[in-house]
Amino acid sequence: MEFVGQLQRQFVQFSHSLFDEGFLDDQFQQLQKLQDESNPDFVLEVVSLFFEDSEKLLNNLSIALQQQIVDFKQVDSYVHQFKGSSSSIGAQRVKNMCVHLRSFCEEQNLEGSLMCFQQVKHEYYLVKNKLETLFRLERQIIEAGGTVPFIA
Amino acid sequence: MAQEFHVLAVDDSFVDRKVIERLLKVSSCKVTAVESAGRALQVLGLDEERSPVEFDELKVNLIITDYSMPEMTGYDLLKRIKGSKKLSEIPVVIMSSEDIQPRVNRCLEEGAEEYLVKPVKLSDVVRLRDFILTQKAHPPQMEHNSVKRKWRDESPNAGCSASTSCDHLRPPIPKRRKMVQL
Repeated sequence: MEFVGQLQRQFVQFSHSLFDEGFLDDQFQQLQKLQDESNPDFVLEVVSLFFEDSEKLLNNLSIALQQQIVDFKQVDSYVHQFKGSSSSIGAQRVKNMCVHLRSFCEEQNLEGSLMCFQQVKHEYYLVKNKLETLFRLERQIIEAGGTVPFIA
Repeated sequence: MAQEFHVLAVDDSFVDRKVIERLLKVSSCKVTAVESAGRALQVLGLDEERSPVEFDELKVNLIITDYSMPEMTGYDLLKRIKGSKKLSEIPVVIMSSEDIQPRVNRCLEEGAEEYLVKPVKLSDVVRLRDFILTQKAHPPQMEHNSVKRKWRDESPNAGCSASTSCDHLRPPIPKRRKMVQL
């Protein structure tokens, strides 16, 4: 049981760091509150949907920004969607970076948009990594026979 | 006898649809979630191209829709619903990630019950459901639309002009509620 305790402590520390470092905001906790015995995988399901959705959006954005003549309205539309979905799961840094990218789109600033897009991708892959780690820790706790601590 | 509170949720985002569905279910609402305004019109029986016999028309107590959707926006959907004799009494709530006052005003003027800024919280949904249920149980004596608008125009502490006591009707106004500014 010492092992479970260790895992649980790791989980709590890691969760706190995600909030403290701004990767996640209150909305993620809102989602956690919606999870219960009748829907034990709710957060995982929503986040998985987010990952799927995001890959498509990032791909579309990449293509749109590589066009000879960039259609900033289209780019903005994709960024708006990405901002929305990242906000819905509480991926704060991704959302904030999307806001910046939208400003560049509004100005029709291609250089700025391309640079900012790289940052959006960077933030996305960071939070994806963090969330996957979080879910892995949860699984390990459950497999070791423990319960996942609720982070207030 | 408590009837099931049935909500039609309209949102083109997979993620948001899943979240709103869960929020509504946790709040003891029955949910039908669709991905477009066009589809919403179909299930409500307002689609001119399809004969109403093809679908079992849904009876809904509330429609909650995203504003920004391709092809037909939530605002256009709101107009269609309010313009329909059959469905105009159904409360419609707009959700949007964009907090733009002229847009808020436009939606409220067109008859939206409320404009919620995304991400929508559980407290928003519970408050909505309770407010609508209370409205149904204690319909205001005055003309429906003017009471709604008046309530929205004035500060929370202003007197309500309906003849019934308003304290139980007026939920605490959270940060997200958007008021029409005079």
